[in-house]
Amino acid sequence: MVEIVAKSAVDGLVPLEIGAQKLTEAKLGPLTSLMAYNGAEAGLAKALETAHGMALPGPNRATGKDGARAIWFGRGQVVLAGPEPVADLAEYAAVVDQSDAWACVELSGPKAEAVLARLVPLDLRAAHFKRGHTARTQIQHVNASVTRIGADRFLLMVFRSMAATLVHDLSQAMTTVAARG
Amino acid sequence: MRVAGKGLIDRAAPLSFRFDGHSYDGLAGDTLASALLANGIKLMGRSFKYHRPRGVYSAGSEEPNALVTVGRGAAAEPNIRATVQELYGGLEAVSQNRWPSLGFDVLSLNDLGAPFLGAGFYYKTFMWPQSFWEKVYEPFIRRAAGLGGLSGAPNPDHYDKGYLFCDLLVIGAGPTGLMAALAAGRAGADVLLVDEDSRMGGRLLAETQEVGGQPGHLWVDNVLAELDSLPNVRRMVRTTVTGVHDGGTFGALERVSHHRGTRGDGVPLETFWRIVAKSSVLAAGALERGIAFRNNDRPGIMQAGAVRAYLNRWGVTPGKTVTVFGNNDGAHQTVRDLQDAGVHVAALIDSREDAPLLPGVQVFKGSVVSNAAGRHGLEAITLRTPLGEERIATDCLAVSGGWNATVHLTCHLGARPEWSEQIASFVPMAGAVPGMVAAGACNGQMSTAACLAAGVAAAGQALGREISVDLPQAEDDPYRLSPIWAVPGKGRAWLDFQNDVSVKDVKQAAHENFRSVEHMKRYTTQGMATDQGKNSNMQALALLADATGRGIPETGTTTFRPPYTPVAIAALGAGARGKGFAPERFTTSHAVSVEMGAPMVATGLWYRPSYFPRERENTWRDSCDREVGYVRNSVGVCDVSTLGKIDIQGPDAAALLDFAYTNMFSTLKVGRVRYGLMLREDGHVMDDGTTARLGETHYVMTTTTAAAGPVMRHLEFITQALRPDWDVRITSATEQWAQFAVAGPKARDLLNGLLDTPIDNDSFPFMACGDVSVAGVAGRLFRISFSGEHAYEVAVPARYGESLFKLLVERAEALEGGAYGMEALNVLRIEKGFITHAEITGRVTAFDCHMERMISAKKDCIGKTMAQREGLLDPDRERLVGLKAVGPVKQITAGAHLFNEGDAAHRVHDQGYVTSVGWSPSLERYVALGFVRGGMARVGERVRMVDHLRDVETVLEIVDPVQFDPEGERVRG
Repeated sequence: MVEIVAKSAVDGLVPLEIGAQKLTEAKLGPLTSLMAYNGAEAGLAKALETAHGMALPGPNRATGKDGARAIWFGRGQVVLAGPEPVADLAEYAAVVDQSDAWACVELSGPKAEAVLARLVPLDLRAAHFKRGHTARTQIQHVNASVTRIGADRFLLMVFRSMAATLVHDLSQAMTTVAARG
Repeated sequence: MRVAGKGLIDRAAPLSFRFDGHSYDGLAGDTLASALLANGIKLMGRSFKYHRPRGVYSAGSEEPNALVTVGRGAAAEPNIRATVQELYGGLEAVSQNRWPSLGFDVLSLNDLGAPFLGAGFYYKTFMWPQSFWEKVYEPFIRRAAGLGGLSGAPNPDHYDKGYLFCDLLVIGAGPTGLMAALAAGRAGADVLLVDEDSRMGGRLLAETQEVGGQPGHLWVDNVLAELDSLPNVRRMVRTTVTGVHDGGTFGALERVSHHRGTRGDGVPLETFWRIVAKSSVLAAGALERGIAFRNNDRPGIMQAGAVRAYLNRWGVTPGKTVTVFGNNDGAHQTVRDLQDAGVHVAALIDSREDAPLLPGVQVFKGSVVSNAAGRHGLEAITLRTPLGEERIATDCLAVSGGWNATVHLTCHLGARPEWSEQIASFVPMAGAVPGMVAAGACNGQMSTAACLAAGVAAAGQALGREISVDLPQAEDDPYRLSPIWAVPGKGRAWLDFQNDVSVKDVKQAAHENFRSVEHMKRYTTQGMATDQGKNSNMQALALLADATGRGIPETGTTTFRPPYTPVAIAALGAGARGKGFAPERFTTSHAVSVEMGAPMVATGLWYRPSYFPRERENTWRDSCDREVGYVRNSVGVCDVSTLGKIDIQGPDAAALLDFAYTNMFSTLKVGRVRYGLMLREDGHVMDDGTTARLGETHYVMTTTTAAAGPVMRHLEFITQALRPDWDVRITSATEQWAQFAVAGPKARDLLNGLLDTPIDNDSFPFMACGDVSVAGVAGRLFRISFSGEHAYEVAVPARYGESLFKLLVERAEALEGGAYGMEALNVLRIEKGFITHAEITGRVTAFDCHMERMISAKKDCIGKTMAQREGLLDPDRERLVGLKAVGPVKQITAGAHLFNEGDAAHRVHDQGYVTSVGWSPSLERYVALGFVRGGMARVGERVRMVDHLRDVETVLEIVDPVQFDPEGERVRG
């Protein structure tokens, strides 16, 4: 019996600790794209709530908590991160496995905002981008999903193929922030 | 010379620095300019064109003369303004644009040639012969004229960029800006206060006046302490707002490390910030202008306000005997400040007949300075009084021609400033920048009390609410002046010091009919140096107005453009050097391919293996031939994960595909794959690829690597804009799957060693697809071929990609096959006449590819109607053919053009071109694809191929594009 082995998208790239900021792999578990069919949004919301215990997030919002989160991912699209999706969801939405499509990291530290302020063209300060807020934006040149998951913690997701660039750009900004004190 | 008891410098903190190789001492708080003046150094630079000796003229970022190079080696930074450069221990600066030394400069001979070198000289003189311009004239002129030079080595400095957001951006921290920030800060607004100086306070640091009953700088300290206590107020010093852009966006350059001696510790030299503000208060202040007279550029002649700044802020007097020349009451304060500090003032010269008298100094009313003497430092001036000429010995002349409101930023979105007769200055047009309120001196409010009040009012206006703040007591003198731009007389009176433009040059421009201010600017180069004419544009345009008999408002200003002060390209492009230039996309097999020695080629952002070299292979061709052989004779493995994969689901999935593709997909059976062609709206080919039907309402589309993004966008456009009623959802799945082509006669043998349920030709015929279990992992299998061989593409979740690739290569090698790269892939498809974007370049139609029958007659599709345009169906269009060499030269080159035999290889005879070429080891000759007029109708004809770039010429025969296995039997295995 032959065997093939799994490798993480950020294998060998993280963890990183520069100054007081840390970059670690976000081990989210299965990622599932959900796109409700015409008129099926309410049904999807109910099914999601019943099966996985979280509300269907509106634009720029994420619901749930560590381990089971639903993240708004663009127009009419939500990514369920954590639970294996129940079969019911396919009645209401196009369900696509994305578990391997994204490189997911967590940036944390008292100056995580200052690090992202060098790469992300959005106001990510806590007063404007609260816990549970999410955005599809860019990190330097890479299209990304950015979600605040704590007072000084952010979940960052980019296409798997661009993991090295993500970590390169973040480490540069982390170095600058650490040096400026 | 230092003046006892004056200045905000730290006398207990001496700092040692070097200028032009000599060692000097300064104090903490000094700028390079103030420290040099404290050491009695007046000569700081040479001018651009005439190499005239120049001294410091200002005390701010508008400085035209005192430009130096700071640091040495690769990190040397040219054109640093000594007035902005803060002193630090060990600073090394050298003067510029002189040889061999600042004191003795050979090219100052240019100054003697001045009568010939006026405005337009270069244009008139270096016209002929034309070819001399680039080779002879320009290099010579560039060497003779110039400012600082770059080191020529890569810049080792670290630059940084970032984004900032606020409700209210306050630009400038003088009295106006401080009050605006304080008022808005107390009102709870999210305030960002930025100032280009190292210390906030603006003119309050440079004047002796009191605010709220205390010395100005102490009042500033109290305000700053309160601002720092407010959590909603952020302050940034050393930060210049350089540009105003659309939608409340500002560019700002922060000088992070220029004031520190250390480099290379990770702290950037500069940070370029993009600031987004809901509203803004511009409190940029005003710049003092000079008065042009003969030799007014002598070192020792400077702005009156700068003389006060050096005295009051840095405790330095620029001369032992100072003379003041002005046209306004403000200049008189210079006399009072100097006298209070014990500095001798020789005279006060006021151009106004009705100038007020000042006790303790000789006042010349209705008089002007007409000449200055002292080549390396001012020695004397000549006065022209109503009674005649007089000479006064003096080593410093403080000049004030009034103040120009700093309107620059209000004009960056295209507004023109308005002329204010009252203060003889342009002032901002109201509403010039949406959301920006100009206040204080930059808005023509010239007294400190008016500025303080304006700051509060501006904050209220910008935030759209009433704010009341008690205003401190402050100077509220009226601003009285009588404009004077230039003193008439012989000799050269200078306007733009940095570009050596004189009054005569402006008059000459007008005389030669360059009457528009924009034409005058370009003809004379007025205002085109690194300081953008901050000190001189106003006088120049006033003189142009005079010379052309128009008023100043009719003459107008030149266009104010960003940046306000110079910005290093390295700062603008921070983070984009090296690996930061563009994202790199790596497949899961990347590391293994690199280990195998494969040179990786960039295809868009992706990196793909070119070929996998083996020992004793001399060239890439050896490797490529071997890899082609794997696929033709055994089995080859290639990572095809970069191709776009789009998941399409929903009841209307088939309708979407029928609409997007030219051919029919609703009729495709579940478990089967079909090749599809996609047109743009204009009828030209957009992309091609295969689409698999995984379920009744579930398809997976494959795009080319290059078009993955554009096709996704195209489908989103269809589903969002054209047919939002369709119930269909599309999701990019490119990154989810690692997909490998397994191609060759032994492909199935290899796969059956890995599949948990083996396949055969009946269960998995050509163009079949389905879910499979690959070594226990749920995957997908597609029996498709881009090589004409019996081939498959096997996909697994990307986490297993690397492992599966290794295993596939290992198994292939055991079958005398192996990995193949892009070169072999290309040869294989050219042999079979399969097109890529080398053929479908964007101006090619389905008809051109002989695929017009793929546009189904039974349904509509995007591009169908436009593809039927007459011109696109002309049989004489350049259409796809195969090509083979039949002449003595066997080489074919991609990009070469085709001509009929006997025709000259000239554009007008062009018959087409070669798009793709490869050496076919199977056919033992070059195989090529190309487009030729008439296309397949000309099979059998000969054409002449000429490659003008590589100098290759041969004769080709037009053949069928499918040159290998024309029957297509191999693919069915």
